[in-house]
Amino acid sequence: MRAPVSWLRELVEIPADQTGRDIAARLIRAGLEVETVETIGGGVTGALFVGRVVEIEELSEFKKSIRWCQVDVGAAGGGIRGIICGARNFVVDDIVVVALPGTVLPGGFKIVSRETYGHISDGMICSERELALSEEHDGIMVLPAGTPGADAGPIIGVGEEVLDISVTPDRGYALSLRGIARELAISYGAPFQDPGLTVADLRAPATNASPAQCGSEDFEACALFTLRTIVGFDPKAASPQWMKQRLTAGGMRPVSLAVDVTNYVMLELGQPLHAFDLDKLNGPVRAGWAESGSTLETLDHVTRNLTPDDLVILDDDGIIGLAGTMGGLDGEIDADTTNIAIEAAHFAPSVVARMGRRHQLSSEASRRFERGVDRTLAPYASARAAALLIEYGGGQYVGMTAVEAPHEPSVIKMPVSEPGAVAGLRIDAHVVVELLVAVGCEVLSSDDQLEVVAPPWRSDLTDPADLVEEVVRLVGYDLLPSTLPVSVAGHGLSKSQRLKRRIGMTLAARGSVEVLTYPFVSADELADLQLPLTDIRRSKVRLANPLSDQQPYLRASLLPGLLSAARRNLGRGMSGVHVFELGSVFQGENTGLAPRPSVLIRPRDDEWAALNELLPSQPAHLGVVLAGEREEAGWWGPAQPYGWQDAIQTALLIADVIGAVIRIEQGIDPVFHPGRCAEIKCAGVSIGAAGELHPRVIQAWALPARSSALELDLDQLIASAPDVRAAPAVSAHPVAKEDLAVVVADSVTVAAVTQALRAGAGELLESIRLFDLYRGPQVPAGHCSMAFALRFRAPDRTLSADETAAARQGAINRAAADCGAAIRGA
Amino acid sequence: MSGPNTSFDPKQVAVLSAEAITAMVATARAAVVAAADLAQLKEVRLAHLGDRSPLALANRDIGALPPAAKAEVGKRVGEARAAVKAALDSRQIELEQARDEFVLAEECVDVTLPAARSPLGARHPLTTVMERICDIFVAMGYDIAEGPEVEAEWVNFDALNVPPDHPARTMQDTFYVTSSESGVVLRTQTSPIQIRAMLDRQLPIYVVAPGRVYRTDELDATHTPVFHQVEGLAVDEGLTMGDLKGTLDHFAQEMFGPGIVTRLRPSYFPFTEPSAELDVQCFVCLGVSVDNPDVPCRTCGSEGWIEWGGCGMVNPRVLQAVGIDSSKYRGFAFGMGIERTLMFRNGVTDMRDMVEGDVRFSLAFGLES
Ligand SMILES: [Zn+2]
Repeated sequence: MRAPVSWLRELVEIPADQTGRDIAARLIRAGLEVETVETIGGGVTGALFVGRVVEIEELSEFKKSIRWCQVDVGAAGGGIRGIICGARNFVVDDIVVVALPGTVLPGGFKIVSRETYGHISDGMICSERELALSEEHDGIMVLPAGTPGADAGPIIGVGEEVLDISVTPDRGYALSLRGIARELAISYGAPFQDPGLTVADLRAPATNASPAQCGSEDFEACALFTLRTIVGFDPKAASPQWMKQRLTAGGMRPVSLAVDVTNYVMLELGQPLHAFDLDKLNGPVRAGWAESGSTLETLDHVTRNLTPDDLVILDDDGIIGLAGTMGGLDGEIDADTTNIAIEAAHFAPSVVARMGRRHQLSSEASRRFERGVDRTLAPYASARAAALLIEYGGGQYVGMTAVEAPHEPSVIKMPVSEPGAVAGLRIDAHVVVELLVAVGCEVLSSDDQLEVVAPPWRSDLTDPADLVEEVVRLVGYDLLPSTLPVSVAGHGLSKSQRLKRRIGMTLAARGSVEVLTYPFVSADELADLQLPLTDIRRSKVRLANPLSDQQPYLRASLLPGLLSAARRNLGRGMSGVHVFELGSVFQGENTGLAPRPSVLIRPRDDEWAALNELLPSQPAHLGVVLAGEREEAGWWGPAQPYGWQDAIQTALLIADVIGAVIRIEQGIDPVFHPGRCAEIKCAGVSIGAAGELHPRVIQAWALPARSSALELDLDQLIASAPDVRAAPAVSAHPVAKEDLAVVVADSVTVAAVTQALRAGAGELLESIRLFDLYRGPQVPAGHCSMAFALRFRAPDRTLSADETAAARQGAINRAAADCGAAIRGA
Repeated sequence: MSGPNTSFDPKQVAVLSAEAITAMVATARAAVVAAADLAQLKEVRLAHLGDRSPLALANRDIGALPPAAKAEVGKRVGEARAAVKAALDSRQIELEQARDEFVLAEECVDVTLPAARSPLGARHPLTTVMERICDIFVAMGYDIAEGPEVEAEWVNFDALNVPPDHPARTMQDTFYVTSSESGVVLRTQTSPIQIRAMLDRQLPIYVVAPGRVYRTDELDATHTPVFHQVEGLAVDEGLTMGDLKGTLDHFAQEMFGPGIVTRLRPSYFPFTEPSAELDVQCFVCLGVSVDNPDVPCRTCGSEGWIEWGGCGMVNPRVLQAVGIDSSKYRGFAFGMGIERTLMFRNGVTDMRDMVEGDVRFSLAFGLES
């Protein structure tokens, strides 16, 4: 909403010394967000003179037609000056705006006396665009009147300050000069003559003609419909200069007197109006619901398909407008319109909002109706418009018809102490009452319990809390005390929150960099991951309105985003990347409509459960991608690439740092290299995979060979982590070390052998470590030798050689039984 | 081996004369001094103190002396051996020191060689700012609450007093899941966590809720469709807007430094009433830049205040929707954008730096922000 300061000053007495910025500060304090304070023609320095064109000589020897003009700029401007001008929209005796040498126009354009087209041009005749008044550049400005030599600035609005206010959805009344002026009246304590309650002086109907009829087919959707009729209007009549200037300053383009008047009154009072050409109407004009399948071509030349949810304006010939949103092409006033019907109505905010959303259509009118228009304003506004039309366009007033639903303003009850109690501030009862009255409320009872009727322009005031806000904001938020609640006994971070932080810290300390990728994925990316249709990572959750039609899915795996991040970093010159992300994935499907319980009571447990049931599962995952060089070539030697073992080690590391136990098993996963993939198991359940990516995945993301990755379900891992860790028995007795090597078939894993050895060695085994792996001539083909270092220790004694030997043999026997292991060198 | 007094050879006895012993010591000392390294010294030790050394032989011959001479000669030889040993030991220490110095000098390295083969990684600064904020509130007794990113429209809008046809709920802002009628959206704010906290927790409630939120904005220097917010909610008996202000003042001081205060301006949010915009005093210029063109401030645009977030008293209608008795309990809530916080706090100038995943951006922050 753009509000010219001079217009505000006309409505409320603002102290003369207050600048636009001062006024803006007052409004901001009252809760209206003033985004900018602009000065019209603010880029002009130096004088602008009113000039009269005395003589025009057409210069035809140039490529474009040029005029050599003599312009009288009065004694103050130095008499008659010769000026070269390229515009053609003026004649001798026209009154124009002249910038003389020395004046600087917006954009730093300095006017100088200079030779051009064979003459000395001694100034410039200005267009609106050259003065930054509007985008108008069809020609120079021709003023209706003026005395040569006078200051042109005030006449054309230069120097006018305009406040640009961003109006929040609850403050529909502030989409009018009337509403803004009221806030200023409260702020300055200045008297306010409400123009919305002023009945315009309309002369009694002079003809016997009867006014056009109107109606409303649904009083819920259209509670008030009025139609005023004017005949004999002069379609050639122009809008007055001041009105055009205010409309332009208010951000609207002047069009014609009839349209300008409806817009002007809308800006001033906040009531959207619509002017029809009476001669194009047939029968009563009314609000009603559209029939299914009907269409309407609106003023913006878009043909709208209508549904029974569209409230329309219609006459006996059909639909002529979308109620409170935009008129149709039929019935529109044009350059020949002499008989006019002005519609002023009240439409339900929700009806207009729904239509705007359905038709992707927002207009000055719909913005106001959506936020709530003064329920009683329509007849005042249309009277004001009719008076202006008659004053500037002639014509005769015929009369008004109206239909209206009964209207009972509701009473809000509020303890007078409530605003102070909520604010934590002492606010006297009489102050509460005074402030409510100032915003327009009727305060019916002044006991401890107030009974308040909100004014019709404040449809947002429905609850006691709304009244509290009115009082507290007008007292001033800057007076609020700064206190702290009595501190409560909190629980600190939850286990999951604590462990996620620890995992993030550990990975970062180990050289990994956290990234936060967008969760939007494409079907192509899912195909590139080689996921079969049944894979849980095949996203099923799809957006109805994605930003890009290419990426309509929500991720069910962190890998696509991480792989793309890895590619981007490598593309920007990194020799290796190690990135991780800790975030939600979206698995399962959203089917059916989510319930919408009442908001008047707490949802029942079953409603709440049903609602949550409908959401997809959203577990926290950890994803890691390792690609390219792990260690750059350096003085220590050649570069080392990342590989499958780095991914698996990372999985083990993060399990370790949170005290969880995972098992690594040979795995099969379409995303990974079929022979280099580990399935990660936690408490017997598969929670993810790690290893080298499948070469086709690597190719799809154009990553270096052997790029590796890890993804696991962090929620499950964290759930398995112990809350309390048991202390170990640290034995001070000597250790007994035994090395042994076993030969097993290639198909037997180190994990299997380790597990068998551990089980067979019994409780005395303290640790076991693979220290060598051998394949070659010294073992049979298809076999390998695994060498382990075993450490035995008892908590309470020094082990005897026999005890150690027995434990060692137990290990060997078990490995032989479980894995077909043969002791090497035996 | 000769036993005592079994035989007596005067020739040999001459070897035990004082002159002879002194000569032996002198020879040995000369050899010790001449030993150039530890290997030579070892040979010298063997030659002059070893079993076949002249002094060892002399010592053996003492047994053949008459008892009267034994003591004197024995003492003489003993002293001689001690003297040789002292010379040897002393030289041993000298040579060892020389050797050590040489070896250590040989092992000298350029300690300025790059030592970090695998440098430190980083956490995302958005994560660490959120943690920092959470920690400030945890210190005030708050718990950290969480909620799903794919959220029911009822939680994201209805229960927060945003009715179905409200202007704040337009198709342009919200990502709908499956269809615009499904009742499921990508949460547009962290405020639905308030609803979950109030439905799931016991009163009184003090929670801070960080999270990722979504709006249908195209990515540019100042917008991103995916961003982060932190939400705070307190519901207790007797809470006031002054308590909200005090909490925010404390928060601002913890984030931006001692003495920094906040400013509330009336505003509108459906889920709070009264509602306010939250500004924080510019912690760079402390307002000095206002109307002072000589010292412009980039952080606050010479406004003195920085827009930080929104806040207010929980609308009783929201309490009603979750079944909290608003005649007994009052609440306050606040929220702010983390990207925005990082932008003005840490001087990030382009939103895209925070979302593209370029590791150079995060690496500059390390493990904190
Ligand atoms: Zn500043």
